[in-house]
Amino acid sequence: MVSPTSSAEAASSASRNGKHSVQEVESITIRFAGDSGDGMQLAGTRFTDTSAILGNDIATFPDFPAEIRAPAGTLAGVSGFQVHFSSNDIHTPGDILDALVVMNPAALKTNLRDLKKGGILIVNTDAFAQNDLDKAKYKVNPLEDGSLAGYHVVRVAVSKLNKEAVKDCGLSPREQDRCKNFFALGLVYWLYERPLEATLKWLKEKFGKKTELKPVLDANNAALKAGYNYGETVELLPVQYKVVKAKITPGKYRKITGNEAIAIGLVAASHAANKTLVYSGYPITPASQVLEDLSQPEMRRHGVKTLQAEDEIAAIGVALGASFGGAIGVTGTSGPGICLKSEAINLAVMTELPLVIIDVQRGGPSTGLPTKTEQADLLQAMFGRNGESPVAIVAPQSPVDCFDITYEAVKIATRFMCPVFILSDGYIANGSEPWKIPDIAKLPKIEIVHATGPNSEGMNGAVHEHAEGEGSGAGKFLPYKRDQYLSRPWAIPGTPGLEHRIGGIEKQDVTGNINYEAANHEHMVHTRWKKIENIAETIPELEVIGDADAELLVIGWGGTYGSITTAVDRVRKNGKKVAQAHLRYLNPMPKNTEAVLKKYKKILVPELNSGQLCWLLRAKYLVPAEGFNKVQGRPFLVSEIEAAIGKLV
Amino acid sequence: MAATALPTLTAKDLTTDQEVRWCPGCGDYSILAQMKKALTTVGVPREKMVFVSGIGCSSRFPYYMNTYGFHTIHGRAPTVATGLRLANPDLQIWVVTGDGDGLSIGGNHLMHVLRRNIDLKILLFNNEIYGLTKGQYSPTSRTGTPSKTSKTGSLETPIRPLTMAIASEATFIARTVDVDVKHLTETLQKAAAHKGAAFVEIYQNCKIFNDEVWAYATDKSVKADNLLYVEHGKPMIFGKDKNKGIRLNGLTPEVVEIGKDCQIDDLLVHDEKTDDPTLATLLSRMVGPKFPEVLGTYRSFRKPCYEEMLDAQIADNIAKKGKGQVADLFKAEDVWTVE
Repeated sequence: MVSPTSSAEAASSASRNGKHSVQEVESITIRFAGDSGDGMQLAGTRFTDTSAILGNDIATFPDFPAEIRAPAGTLAGVSGFQVHFSSNDIHTPGDILDALVVMNPAALKTNLRDLKKGGILIVNTDAFAQNDLDKAKYKVNPLEDGSLAGYHVVRVAVSKLNKEAVKDCGLSPREQDRCKNFFALGLVYWLYERPLEATLKWLKEKFGKKTELKPVLDANNAALKAGYNYGETVELLPVQYKVVKAKITPGKYRKITGNEAIAIGLVAASHAANKTLVYSGYPITPASQVLEDLSQPEMRRHGVKTLQAEDEIAAIGVALGASFGGAIGVTGTSGPGICLKSEAINLAVMTELPLVIIDVQRGGPSTGLPTKTEQADLLQAMFGRNGESPVAIVAPQSPVDCFDITYEAVKIATRFMCPVFILSDGYIANGSEPWKIPDIAKLPKIEIVHATGPNSEGMNGAVHEHAEGEGSGAGKFLPYKRDQYLSRPWAIPGTPGLEHRIGGIEKQDVTGNINYEAANHEHMVHTRWKKIENIAETIPELEVIGDADAELLVIGWGGTYGSITTAVDRVRKNGKKVAQAHLRYLNPMPKNTEAVLKKYKKILVPELNSGQLCWLLRAKYLVPAEGFNKVQGRPFLVSEIEAAIGKLV
Repeated sequence: MAATALPTLTAKDLTTDQEVRWCPGCGDYSILAQMKKALTTVGVPREKMVFVSGIGCSSRFPYYMNTYGFHTIHGRAPTVATGLRLANPDLQIWVVTGDGDGLSIGGNHLMHVLRRNIDLKILLFNNEIYGLTKGQYSPTSRTGTPSKTSKTGSLETPIRPLTMAIASEATFIARTVDVDVKHLTETLQKAAAHKGAAFVEIYQNCKIFNDEVWAYATDKSVKADNLLYVEHGKPMIFGKDKNKGIRLNGLTPEVVEIGKDCQIDDLLVHDEKTDDPTLATLLSRMVGPKFPEVLGTYRSFRKPCYEEMLDAQIADNIAKKGKGQVADLFKAEDVWTVE
């Protein structure tokens, strides 16, 4: 949540007093922005870690260009890292910025619109020469034309001051300049009364082990301290801001992004299931990190097997083959990769093998907006394959929830012998928040039962109305004989006596033999749907939070949870009644979904697409759901949802 | 008490109750029969054998083998087989594919599965036509081949499957023909014994859509002059009268007559063990009628497999820092305690 005490007011009141003071505020949102080579992601991450260690609740939003190194100084090359830190429970990285650090004109141009009026704007004045301005397409220097009058502009010669601070450390001029992000970070630490220890410790761990890196360590230490001291010495601002500790459940915490949580969740689930994890992916933004994390030496110690496939199709083929072999087979990608994997997903549907498919959604269609977030693959996951192709779909609601939902996906896939989609998105994949490290003893077990012997007992003769005895009889293994949830047995190759053949051609129920009969096909189509619907028997019911007796229900899914929850909170604090529900299970939806929806006169469905969940809810339950939609490659601002709710209450 | 001997596997044990549905006269029947025969001798129990296939006539193979089987989707069998291999190190996995499945839609996977040296035995049934879809030209069809989609003659240069396998660094490469049952059986046995990615091209006749495309290699009256069976360490001699051989002229092979053009000592000697791909490449590019086409094992050498190296990495990291525990997963650069 954004502080009710605006920092601009605080700043101006302190100015009037004419002396330095410390102002306590509830929440602050800041953004570091610069060229993609300026180290802004690093500065932001360090700031986040320090704030987390201080006991603030945090949420972050890195925003970087699709180009790794767009020409330096250009608008396309701007990279930003936003941190929201608070003494309260927060769910989003913040709507508007209290402070913005810009390392060049391009960063100023692309980020200024997010800075609140009166907000603090720290500018590296050394990067505003004519050619810098040209690259950012500024006709006049914005530092001189009065256009920044509405902000509290802090002009700092970051490049020069940094060079001066690190000149004796033994780095080349170019290397010296690369420390300027730490100078800026030091400055911001001063502004928000943050100690330097955590960052100094981090630098020591990173660069302190090798003597040849000593100049780098010394220079970064010097830059960081110089930035801090500069703030203090020149009393850069008449006021410092302080955000005290949040009231957080006691325990051990670490910071985690959604992609990290997925990787960890997969390995934890493989431990719980006592299975080998086989993960195959093809590099794609914003999902590559999952493959990267799982291929670390640390993960080898957990027996994790990874394969960077030649393409998206191979990646899912490998995962499915691993599942057939009795491992936990997983593949991860983003929307374009899902397009390529569709045929193999259908093979998993048909062969009824467990498979986990991670889709870290990004802006589409086609290549779309690779580094930007969107929730537009829901209907693709639901229907985007030939024939009737039911799969399970779950969606994490926050970076931390990526751990739980991944664990859950493995459980469903192995219990119901089906593909399970995890619909994450770029926003929660790269965003981070504090994660209370789980109690290992309380992690749910994943019990997997494999077929060990023939299962045809009592099925002599006609085993099924659509399977007239063929292949049945005592002492046989029937690979499509189903349990109470309609799930089929998982027999691992290598098990004597259970030799069987599976494939993409329609199966006769029970025996699994190739079968083209009309009635069997219809029966199998229905059975595959029914099996997925049966998952609803094992998942939690949909919970309504807020005012259960309100007229309006706001219902969302996936990564928008934080923005929706914050918006609903705000509206309720203003005395209006609103109920809220968030779907983590999209297919099947929880059993009580219809009952919940039918209690409300109005239903608002905020989504980062043109209305896909809304479409599903209307089609499935015939309820008057209305969409609130944004398709800009950016997450919702809390204020946007707040306004949309405001129109209905 | 004496140790119980391994139960002997018979061809009948390997036969399923499914009706075989290839066209009468199809070369696949012979391959199926020789496969069963070959597998009775390899010392692997049937539950440890898996047949993985893609789509096409050849890809029906798994349904007729009473082993584990996976009839996957078009072109993707190598990928599924790779995953299976990663999950399970002690299976004998066969991939059955054809010229369309393996070289057209699945060409990319074939290249990569060979390059990674995944321990799979890959059989490419080459009939130079799309059979299951009823007679369109394939990536191995000869230029000018008339077919349903090339009535006026195919305009494309065919792929040489073995040249591609060599370029992809396969560690076992061989060629055989459906009707030479003895050579076929031996080749399958050799592939079965190989550790690593084995690639076998089988000239296979499609009775319906491309009949007699291999006649020059199967017709008893002419085949001896059209085929060269290579054996490791032996000079390259062929012909009905065993009087023809292959000699290297500069960098180019040439057909010579022994006793007339040269002596046996002048002939090329086959070496399947060398890690130099030059000789195998030369052989893979010999086509009739100018040259005899080469049957036998082109290459057979040992190199670590992907999955072996992956297992070694796992063992190595466990040896260094111990087996990973769940608690290790939660470690991070910064962990803090809230009280």
